[in-house]
Amino acid sequence: MSQASSNLQLDREGRLLHFLTIDGLKREMLTEILNTTEGFTGVSERTVKKVPLCRGKIVANLFFETSTRTRTTFELAAKRLSADVLNLNISASATSKGETLLDTLRNLEAMHVDMFVVRHASSGTAHFIAQHADRGVGVMNAGDGRHAHPTQAMLDMFTIRRHKGEFVGLRVAIVGDILHSRVARSQILALNTLGVSEVRVVAPQTLLPADPRSLGVHVYHDLEQGIRDVDVIIMLRLQRERMQGALLPSEHEYFRLFGLTEKRLAIADSEAIVMHPGPINRGVEMDSRVADGAKSVILQQVSYGIAVRMAVISMVIGSQNLQLQG
Amino acid sequence: MKKKQLSILNGRLIDPANGIDRITDIHIAKGQILAIGDAPEDFEAESIDATGQLVCPGLIDLCAHLREPGAEYKATIASETAAAASAGITTICCPPDTTPIIDTPAVAGQIKSKAKKAGVCRLLPQGARTQGLNGDQLSEMATLKSAGCVAVSNAYRPLVSSLVQRRTLEYATTFDLLTMIRPEDRFLANQGCAHEGRVADRLGLPGIPHAAETVAVATYLALVEQTGARVHFQTLSTYRSARMLGRARYDKQLVSGDVAIHQLFLTELDISEFDSNAHVHPPLRTSSDRDGLRRALKEGVISAICSDHQPHEADAKAAPFPDTEPGISGLETLLPLTLKLVQEGAIDLNSAIARLTCGPADILGLPLGRLSIGAPADICIFDPEAYWTLDASQLLSQGKNTPFDGWELPGRVNYTLLQGRIVFNRESLKD
Repeated sequence: MSQASSNLQLDREGRLLHFLTIDGLKREMLTEILNTTEGFTGVSERTVKKVPLCRGKIVANLFFETSTRTRTTFELAAKRLSADVLNLNISASATSKGETLLDTLRNLEAMHVDMFVVRHASSGTAHFIAQHADRGVGVMNAGDGRHAHPTQAMLDMFTIRRHKGEFVGLRVAIVGDILHSRVARSQILALNTLGVSEVRVVAPQTLLPADPRSLGVHVYHDLEQGIRDVDVIIMLRLQRERMQGALLPSEHEYFRLFGLTEKRLAIADSEAIVMHPGPINRGVEMDSRVADGAKSVILQQVSYGIAVRMAVISMVIGSQNLQLQG
Repeated sequence: MKKKQLSILNGRLIDPANGIDRITDIHIAKGQILAIGDAPEDFEAESIDATGQLVCPGLIDLCAHLREPGAEYKATIASETAAAASAGITTICCPPDTTPIIDTPAVAGQIKSKAKKAGVCRLLPQGARTQGLNGDQLSEMATLKSAGCVAVSNAYRPLVSSLVQRRTLEYATTFDLLTMIRPEDRFLANQGCAHEGRVADRLGLPGIPHAAETVAVATYLALVEQTGARVHFQTLSTYRSARMLGRARYDKQLVSGDVAIHQLFLTELDISEFDSNAHVHPPLRTSSDRDGLRRALKEGVISAICSDHQPHEADAKAAPFPDTEPGISGLETLLPLTLKLVQEGAIDLNSAIARLTCGPADILGLPLGRLSIGAPADICIFDPEAYWTLDASQLLSQGKNTPFDGWELPGRVNYTLLQGRIVFNRESLKD
């Protein structure tokens, strides 16, 4: 499976043609993305916040699900690379059928779009678009169903590397709704590929996938045990609709069992950092004092998000250019 | 039309119902089997030389969606019965979830007459178990039976309660009607699109657990004990339900089961590139399920293999995996894949042919699927040694959706006879 996914997103020389999933990418590739990101972090601090790497290119943001953070950071990233950006917010209800999705794709291709940044409620959408996209057109997965959100995972890895230096030896706990989380899936793959010592997931049984161990994680149902001595705590956002469908009884009980408080945070390593992909439900996943506290790196994650997306956009556009020339 | 007399000479005749497996001749008159072995005196007939070929009863497919009426853009009775005939299938049992639904004698009659007009395959409709398949009110089962429905079924649609489940079984029993069931607890299935397991975990696809099937099988087994109804489980996908079926049959319950041929080859791993052609319902499960189903088939706990044929237009499969329509265009791979099972040692040839002929006929309680003297001369003649590579675009079915594209398969049908008439002849394809 990883073979196939990697074939679709890599060219023969192993360059990144699309960025669809962490699955099937080697440690060297992830490290290359992080190193490239490192080079772009300075751009935002300059007076002229632009580099001309993607001048003349058109990037289309194709968002079938609403998003503020991801869409905006993708837009900023593309603009800082001097690309032109098209924002298309398409309500999922109007285009829930595949023909319309393909039609949308064909229409945009007719306008010579060079890259699609896609978010969609169905797992596999980015793969589907990459399979049907014209030669020379790159696809960025900005979140597909429960499947993957690889740029979010890479900005999390970048944040961890900035704070911890190395991945080897780290213990990381991911807390919350693993079952429905594309972020968690991509993070787990990235952390294991980068060689951390241990990835833990902490959740009640109703919010875990069928066979979590096959994803390469240790399962905890108790938050205090799960975060003991860890170096990184990643809190996931809890969707309110999980109270329906008998997944959870109440936000109150969830916070009592899985909410991160200052007291609990003391159980983790004294140098531990706290992360969250946002937006935070204060008082549900974590106490405000933790979210705004000294160990929280949540806002840094957002600003690194731009640099990471600049890195992958430029890498993909670069290899697609070679494709077209080759 | 005057039916010709015909002799099929020198073929290897396999008729599991009558325990025949030898090289011999078979003679046909008036659409029926007249004699096996020597021809009667003064018998004059045209002949087919079947030297080196296998001659068996025409295949019976317990579940194939032909899409007509209502979804002719996917397929028609004419297109799909032609595909069936080319694949040696002479009888198809079609589910009631057409538009309009087969809950009136008019719709059943319309389907039968369209099939008769096409004239290449016998069509046996399943009547709706509840009105409009709505799951709450009894259908007019006696009327549907007189209109030619051989069983009742609610297709994929759920019944509203276990009380309606019970009452529909009891009412069907009144008329000795078989109830065909696709066992699935809709709450546990929870709109999933893949087996709840490692692959769905990794791809983030909403899962359908084993229990969605076993809970439904357990419920119905309890109701069979309660009501004495005759129940057939369609398209089983888990080895656990096969095991439950085996126990119930051991206890002499009137239950039977079939499996869709793709479940005997593919597993959840086959969807792993989000391949929408491997999107089926019930979902492809694990390799232990596949192996368990193969064992149950060999032991006869599962007594029929069906195609669960679901032809689609290209658009139905051109979308992100969860948004695509489930199903495989399966008529033309039913026999070749079954022969591949034999080749892989999963089952012996005679038993395999039984699962495609007398097995399904016995489930329906019909005198088909056998070459007994006086039986309808529905016959399939194929070359078991002919290997060919499946090219999806070359399927005769209007649906080209198959995950078996590019597979090398054994077995090519050369002739198909329906009631003594040649309804398919490979030679004529070349014209």
